[in-house]
Amino acid sequence: MTALLEVQDLTVHYPLPFGIGEIMTRSPRRVVQAVSGVNLRLERGETLGLVGESGCGKSSLGRAILRLTEAKSGRVLFDGTDVLALDKAGLFAFRKRAQMVFQEPHASLNPRLTVARTLAEVLRVHRVCPRAAIEARVPELLEAVGLSADLGARRPAALSGGQCQRVAIARALAMGPELLISDESVSALDVSIQAQILNLFMRLKREMDLTMMFISHDLSVVRHVCHRVAVMYLGRIVEHGPTEQIFRDPKHPYTQALLRAIPRMDPDAEPPAAAAASEPPSPVALSAGCVFHSRCPQAMDVCRGPPAPALRRSDQAEVACHLYPV
Amino acid sequence: MSARVLRVEDLTVEFTAPGGPLRAVDEVSFELAEGEVLGLVGESGSGKTLTCRALIRLLPSRRARITRGVVRVDGLDLMTLPESAMQRVRGERIGMIFQNPMTHLDPIMTIGEQIGESLRFHKSITRRDAVAHAIELLRQVGIPDPALCSQSYPHSLSGGMRQRAMIAIALAGEPRILIADEPTTALDVTVQAQILRLLLDLRDRAGLSIILITHNLGVVAETCETVAVMYAGRIIERAAKRALLRRPLHPYSQGLIRSQPGAGPPLAELPSIPGQPPSLADLPQGCRFHPRCAYVIPRCREIRPPLADAGAGRRSACLRWQELACPS
Amino acid sequence: MRTGERLAGGPSSLGLAARFDLGELPLPLLIGAGMVLFWSALALFADVIAPFDPNAADYNAALVPPNAAHWLGTDNFGRDVLSRVIHGTRVDLQMGIIGVLCPFVLGTVLGSIAGYFGGAIDTVLMRVVDVTIAFPFLVLMIAIITVLEPGLTSFYVAVTLVGWVSYARLVRAQTLVLKSSDFVLAARSLGYGHVRIMFRHILPNALIPSIVFSMSDVVLVILAGSAISYLGLGVQPPTAEWGVMIAEGQNFMTTAWWITTVPGLAIVFLALGFSFLADGLGEKLGVRE
Repeated sequence: MTALLEVQDLTVHYPLPFGIGEIMTRSPRRVVQAVSGVNLRLERGETLGLVGESGCGKSSLGRAILRLTEAKSGRVLFDGTDVLALDKAGLFAFRKRAQMVFQEPHASLNPRLTVARTLAEVLRVHRVCPRAAIEARVPELLEAVGLSADLGARRPAALSGGQCQRVAIARALAMGPELLISDESVSALDVSIQAQILNLFMRLKREMDLTMMFISHDLSVVRHVCHRVAVMYLGRIVEHGPTEQIFRDPKHPYTQALLRAIPRMDPDAEPPAAAAASEPPSPVALSAGCVFHSRCPQAMDVCRGPPAPALRRSDQAEVACHLYPV
Repeated sequence: MSARVLRVEDLTVEFTAPGGPLRAVDEVSFELAEGEVLGLVGESGSGKTLTCRALIRLLPSRRARITRGVVRVDGLDLMTLPESAMQRVRGERIGMIFQNPMTHLDPIMTIGEQIGESLRFHKSITRRDAVAHAIELLRQVGIPDPALCSQSYPHSLSGGMRQRAMIAIALAGEPRILIADEPTTALDVTVQAQILRLLLDLRDRAGLSIILITHNLGVVAETCETVAVMYAGRIIERAAKRALLRRPLHPYSQGLIRSQPGAGPPLAELPSIPGQPPSLADLPQGCRFHPRCAYVIPRCREIRPPLADAGAGRRSACLRWQELACPS
Repeated sequence: MRTGERLAGGPSSLGLAARFDLGELPLPLLIGAGMVLFWSALALFADVIAPFDPNAADYNAALVPPNAAHWLGTDNFGRDVLSRVIHGTRVDLQMGIIGVLCPFVLGTVLGSIAGYFGGAIDTVLMRVVDVTIAFPFLVLMIAIITVLEPGLTSFYVAVTLVGWVSYARLVRAQTLVLKSSDFVLAARSLGYGHVRIMFRHILPNALIPSIVFSMSDVVLVILAGSAISYLGLGVQPPTAEWGVMIAEGQNFMTTAWWITTVPGLAIVFLALGFSFLADGLGEKLGVRE
């Protein structure tokens, strides 16, 4: 059976504004290489976690998959069809089947519309139900995400962060999509509210048979809700595999550094050891070869030069590292 | 027992509002010993940032007023000092660093100039000495090329470097107490570990006492010795870190710890605290947590539980803390 | 920004005013609205309220200082100043409102198109704006009116051609910001088309600063209109209009001060009313502190 989502060699570049010097010397335009040749597979019913620190390209990848950002090259096969090649009508139909929930709860809702109007608009534009039934359907949607129906009359400013996120989830699920991408949608919430929203995601996933992609920088959250995890660094996937495998036995030096750095809520925890030195280089002028080699404690000569290491199998995971045999 | 460097008693902050004053910080009391790292934990709206800003009398708006409280540092009560004396206290006795370094650094001054400004104000040294001293401070906070950094502007530095620079500025006046308001929340995990390590090194080397404001219990576990948990403007539990994380004695602390992903098996439903924190305009009577509490009894609605002694140096503001101590 | 970083909690945590659906109206808003309503009532019911016909000349009672019969005196033609001021309200208020509405609409349309679509359209429009702004607006208006024939309609044309730029810039700036906001991105992800996004999501939010600005703009337009009429290029005598009245009473400033002073004060108070309204509205809509 074909995977629900298959990303092939996807590349996303953001052009930087021209500087005078560049125009004068006719240099090629500088770009931010946000995503470089990413391959990904998402089976139906699966929850895939996409982790990485800021600037690794995970949000860009998520948006490129939904065609909210233009990709430079590559293919995104959703149920067999290349999303990046769809025409206007095809894109509209695709939007019904794949949705996203964003990071900032208040910012993702139109501040001038009441909650009920926001939800009604989705139902109307996508003709989810006959016009006459819209008014009755909105309270149902609200209750499905754990909100009381009378919140429909409020505007986002009068709601808390957790409530806004619930509305955003209701909006995304109003037309019954098959794929839901969460772009750091619990990162801006307090821990106790985060737990509520994660529970909501898990429940709705079961009830609506969703396939989910969970983009987050918070590894403990990803560990809790995802079946498989892909780790990104500077636009590339450096490791991916089953969640427990990645966490228990991380193969890539970056994954290892990342896991070591997570503060553990352990009563006997010790202060952090001197962690990975320095910080990620800028994604503008990436060197050839492995993107992590400048910070890698186990870097070898082969890591410096091109080509970048390809993903190769190691146990049940795939790692992009020269330490492991092809 | 180390000497006590800071003592806060009954600190109360109120906001004037059309419907009557709103109490955002309600009779908060705690102490800080020399070399101690105290974690002030709470979610947004708990009042933890406001408490620390009230400590040094840097309130966010004119509608906020400190209506009660004593803050003792080196024998002085900060609440009674005139503003000119407070300017000396800020930076020389108590320093503060914030969550987002980019918004707290002056974008049109170099790092060196900003450190120098603090040095010259607090220590009255010459401009030339200030330059050298600034570079030394930057070296102490672990910046690889201090001279270059000193001449750089904030926008050309990375997040971690900016945070280190902010720490250097805060330490220029050689305060003995440092308030760190969510210093790592806006940073990547790998950089976060470096900054926390730096704070602990500074504590070891310079005898700094630190109040670390955070909502992340993992950070608390790795860096703090004692923890005070705040909810709706009140401290509801205070204990040594190990004791608190092993056996919380307040339903809110317990709920907070349990709702962290990773506490239980994956893919299972996370135990979560129902409802949400109360609005300041509509605070519950009695214990402010009672509407969301699984252990609530009628008395919880009537009286405000005091921060009671729960043995072994611990304090809990729950009437039923003993039952939490010995779960059946 | 975490919602808790502002005062002691998120919006519902404080439950305070300055939100659309709750609470307290700021004082300036009430004062301003009151004043504007007062003037509007005067304009609407001028025929009933004014004691005399504004154009009725009574040479026996010319240049009479304020007394029991003529509360604010008479001018050199014996016309009752009070009645003329009251009738003048009609004209000035109309000038202010239409003189703001037309530039508002034109500026909003052009500014939002430029902001939303960007590229060449945006560049061309912004250069046109730059050129227009380079001229002192009164000079430009006088030039335009001189080309067309002096009168109220020409005034409206002139003020529209000159005044649209401020609105275009405001709306364009807001559109640019909103275009990259999360909720517009969400609207795109929901498959909404450009038209829907523009009219339902961007414009209602983009208009807020313009609406607040338009209140203060009314003041400027009324002043401009009075100035134009004073110069003889706008409303023509014998129509009662405050600017015209000031012009007519110029020669009698030392002897019959009330002819110029009263309409002058009327301008001040109408302007003040709109000014308060602008401040209050700005506060209520969260634009001002």
